[in-house]
Amino acid sequence: MSTAIEQARELFSDEVVTNAISRDVELPYGAGTAVLITLDNGHDHTKPNTFGPGGLLSLDAQIEAARARTDIVAVAITGKPFIFAVGADLTGVPKIQTREQAHAIGKLGHDVFRKLGELDVPTFALVNGAAMGGGTEVALHCTYRTISSGVPALALPEAFLGLVPGWGGTYLLPHLIGAEKALKLIVDNPLAQNKMIKGRQAFEMGIADAMFEPADFVEESLRWAAQVIKGDVTVERPEVDKGEAWDNAVNMARFVVEGKLHGAAPAPVRAVELVAEAKNRTRDEGFAAEDDALADLIMSDELKSGLYAFDLVQKRAKRPAGAPDKSLARKVTKVGVVGAGLMAGQLALLFARRLDVPVVMTDLDQERLDKGVDYVHGEVDKLLKKGRINGDKANHLKALVTGSLTKDAFSDADFVIEAVFEKMEVKQQVFAEVEAVVSPEAILATNTSSLSITEMASKLQHPERVVGFHFFNPVAVLPLLEIIRGERTDDAALATAFGTARKLKKTAVLCKDAPAFVVNRLLTLFMGEVLGAVGEGTEPEVADRAVAPLGLPMSPLMLLQLVGPAVALHVSETLHEAFPERFAVSSELAEIVKEGKTAIFAPDLTIDPEVKKLFSGGDQPSEESEILERALRALAREIRIMLDEGVVAEAADIDLCLITGAGWPFHTGGITPYLDRAGVSEAVNGKRFHEGDPKAL
Amino acid sequence: MPRTARDVVFVDGVRTPFGKSGKGLYAETRADDMIVRVIRELMRRNPGLPPERIDEVAIAATTQIGDQGLTIGRSAAILAGLPKSVPGYAIDRMCAGALTAVTTSGAGIAFGAYDVVIAGGVEHMGRHPMGEGVDPNPRFLSEKLVDPSALVMGNTAENLHDRFPTITKERADAYAVRSQEKVAKAYADGKIQPDLVEMLVRSLEQGYGLATQDEPPRPGTSMESLAGLKTPFRAHGNVTPGNAAGLNDGATGAILAAEDVAAELGLSSKMRLVDFSFTGVEPEVMGVGPVPATEKLLARQGLGIDDIGLFEINEAFAVQVLAFLEHFGIADDDARVNPWGGAIALGHPLASSGVRLMMQLSRLFAERPDVRYGLTTMCVGMGMGGTVLWENTNYEGGK
Repeated sequence: MSTAIEQARELFSDEVVTNAISRDVELPYGAGTAVLITLDNGHDHTKPNTFGPGGLLSLDAQIEAARARTDIVAVAITGKPFIFAVGADLTGVPKIQTREQAHAIGKLGHDVFRKLGELDVPTFALVNGAAMGGGTEVALHCTYRTISSGVPALALPEAFLGLVPGWGGTYLLPHLIGAEKALKLIVDNPLAQNKMIKGRQAFEMGIADAMFEPADFVEESLRWAAQVIKGDVTVERPEVDKGEAWDNAVNMARFVVEGKLHGAAPAPVRAVELVAEAKNRTRDEGFAAEDDALADLIMSDELKSGLYAFDLVQKRAKRPAGAPDKSLARKVTKVGVVGAGLMAGQLALLFARRLDVPVVMTDLDQERLDKGVDYVHGEVDKLLKKGRINGDKANHLKALVTGSLTKDAFSDADFVIEAVFEKMEVKQQVFAEVEAVVSPEAILATNTSSLSITEMASKLQHPERVVGFHFFNPVAVLPLLEIIRGERTDDAALATAFGTARKLKKTAVLCKDAPAFVVNRLLTLFMGEVLGAVGEGTEPEVADRAVAPLGLPMSPLMLLQLVGPAVALHVSETLHEAFPERFAVSSELAEIVKEGKTAIFAPDLTIDPEVKKLFSGGDQPSEESEILERALRALAREIRIMLDEGVVAEAADIDLCLITGAGWPFHTGGITPYLDRAGVSEAVNGKRFHEGDPKAL
Repeated sequence: MPRTARDVVFVDGVRTPFGKSGKGLYAETRADDMIVRVIRELMRRNPGLPPERIDEVAIAATTQIGDQGLTIGRSAAILAGLPKSVPGYAIDRMCAGALTAVTTSGAGIAFGAYDVVIAGGVEHMGRHPMGEGVDPNPRFLSEKLVDPSALVMGNTAENLHDRFPTITKERADAYAVRSQEKVAKAYADGKIQPDLVEMLVRSLEQGYGLATQDEPPRPGTSMESLAGLKTPFRAHGNVTPGNAAGLNDGATGAILAAEDVAAELGLSSKMRLVDFSFTGVEPEVMGVGPVPATEKLLARQGLGIDDIGLFEINEAFAVQVLAFLEHFGIADDDARVNPWGGAIALGHPLASSGVRLMMQLSRLFAERPDVRYGLTTMCVGMGMGGTVLWENTNYEGGK
């Protein structure tokens, strides 16, 4: 193959090569000899099979060897234990420098995989384990597919990262199962937090022709293959509607993508268009179009940001910067939750489920306490109803979560978290009462979103045990946990906090004790710029729409409604107090709160007329582009200040916080890669946040 | 109320192909996966058997640790996807493990405690070499309870040559050559294959493969090729790798049922369990065990050796088979004995072999409606013999 391939191989010099290994198998029922190709990179399932240039060439060699034979009746391909293959090796992608190299990678994948569909003998993909991206596409190229009912995840996640399933996926899948189902995998699922389907669903969607249980999946698949070869089993697939249904599905996908991203990310749009065109294209045309799409997208900033974001959540999140040595962490065998409100209830449920230790909630009011405990028990019942837990587990969880009117119940707790009213004196009082009953080592954690940890600890006998433990609402959905170190917090307390966060399966980021920490500080600033524009006279709809080109999960005013105007006002006041020159308090927001409005939008998603009235007034409206620019400039300036203040270790931590705590998208890489590539960082701060491509580690 | 024993029948048997231990077929395959494959295949071949009707899963393994540990009968039942209500246990009588799994669970059927059972065995001698983890009590030697040679099976075979001086190395080799020839012919005639279920094998270097036939047989073995083999257990001795079974990996399983239950469920009744017997002998000549075990059984049943039309005797060592034949005055090449060959060619994955003898006997019975009785018999380490007497349900002689 060409020199572009050689260049590509050099770029992937660190490739963990997934070897294709061939072995002859005698098929049952005297069906003849098949070549069984195993894909195996020589590591266990924690390092799944991927395809780089080396892996593709290895597979190519085995397919060619099989092609040269006249004594075989079939070629079958399967993975290593628990893993089929999870797609392209992306480690070398950032090193690709030219479009030609990118194009060559795309074409190499096609050149190899398509042979699986163009041999003289039938090919069978035995999807034994996780299959994603290029792994799923290997299977799609085969003549037939079997799938294990134990496959935990099958997906075409490319659009989630900033690519398209361009090794045949956008062409083969719609021709196999129709455009509507194909687009679900190619676009809908990637844009829904990268949802994956299970083996059974893949079979029901028609992606696989047969399904077998995992215990002897390969043996039974080979039996089935033998029957197919002998003609004892005929594979019937429903005919794909290549008429109106195809066009309708494409139009629907276009609508969904536009609604979610407003053109902010090119990959999903490109994927939809490839599916649209696949209807009338030949294989050659379809594959060539995929090569072009891959070449364009591999060179795109959005993909670089996507890969960076992927590494943030996959790698950086597992090794929090600045966390003390794990060995310093103390055991947590019982948890106290001060308060019985909604947040306290969510925390109690999370601690009980993840730590599997008793959790006591306290409140001064019996009625509120009962309500809090009832909430948790009700949530447990919901889990039971959904089949997520069984009856015994439900009984156990309910027994773990109890309520007490006095804090004596905390006496043997090792970790007490407060979720009471956001007022310094109240929280100091609560901590003093807790300290009176717990051991000197027990951790006192606060879920405050904006108060100073240091000040909260200042009146205690053991201030070194106090940490900030800031969750994001809804707790069960958003992974982020800001862990805040007060001035006197010691390493043992901090290590215990990180250890607990890990058990809670949260993404912990260490933050300095600075006003509103990371996410609230930046979201308040961002929202403040939009509200500022409204205050100056911009129509709220216009201001709200102005930041749509970023493709955020929700508009600023929608976020305001979700957070609650009162809470948002409170945080903005705290920040205004700390940084009056950069954080304004929106007088319109203050009015909205004063009027007792809790929603910004009417049920029909137009702005509530009363709110709209409160928003009106100014006489200096801005253009959408001006609002976007001022919001981005404010972010760039503030993030630089935060990094200079040492609020977090690196810009990567800011991005990790925004992705996991606010759901900011991959294609912006959180925000700093976007600010860099849009030139905002340099314009505002005179320098970029990242030298060269952003790096997660 | 007096209790009536119920008739117990052998419904079906399946096994994995046997492999050579060490670098053979199953070098990177787990033992539990092998027995699980067998159980699943038994269920597939007998769709009339509702899985919840299985009352016990008795699985033997000599070394009950690692992938052969964790109460292998129970864990295999779960891994095979049988309902959680189906119990299971592990059983051990060294080489006669599966044979004992059959007699013990079969006796449970006769007693009325079970309707249907799965009985079998698994031994991966590559992953679990003989003697792994054993800690013999020092009293065995200090009080001379057993001869030091008793724990090494090859030594007990050499001892057997001493006890039967007329059994020479040449006779043993000739027997071994015939065993290889009979297996080769049985394979060519398609007699062995129906008992096998193909098994996925893993190799990091070679990738996945499919075990479809026994690995140990050496067709074409001749007296000449055996003559030069070493005698590892005794200098200038008689026992060689050629006239003994090898070290092997394999799993076997069978369905047993009360005869009336088999009829109710429409399951086949290939042969009827008549009686069984176990007997101890001096551990240092464990190979002679089948002799007293069989004598005891025949005496109890009032049968003579001539009433037995087919013998499936485990070939741990040629000398041990020959000792049995010599004792009962049967010719070395008697056609009733191991007609399709035996463990010298097919392999002897310790605790799984007993059920292999039974599935071959059941197929022979089907071909021989003129034969009423057959034996499966084995010698057992630590000095025992076990014999099971079966009646051919296809027997037409009485009609």
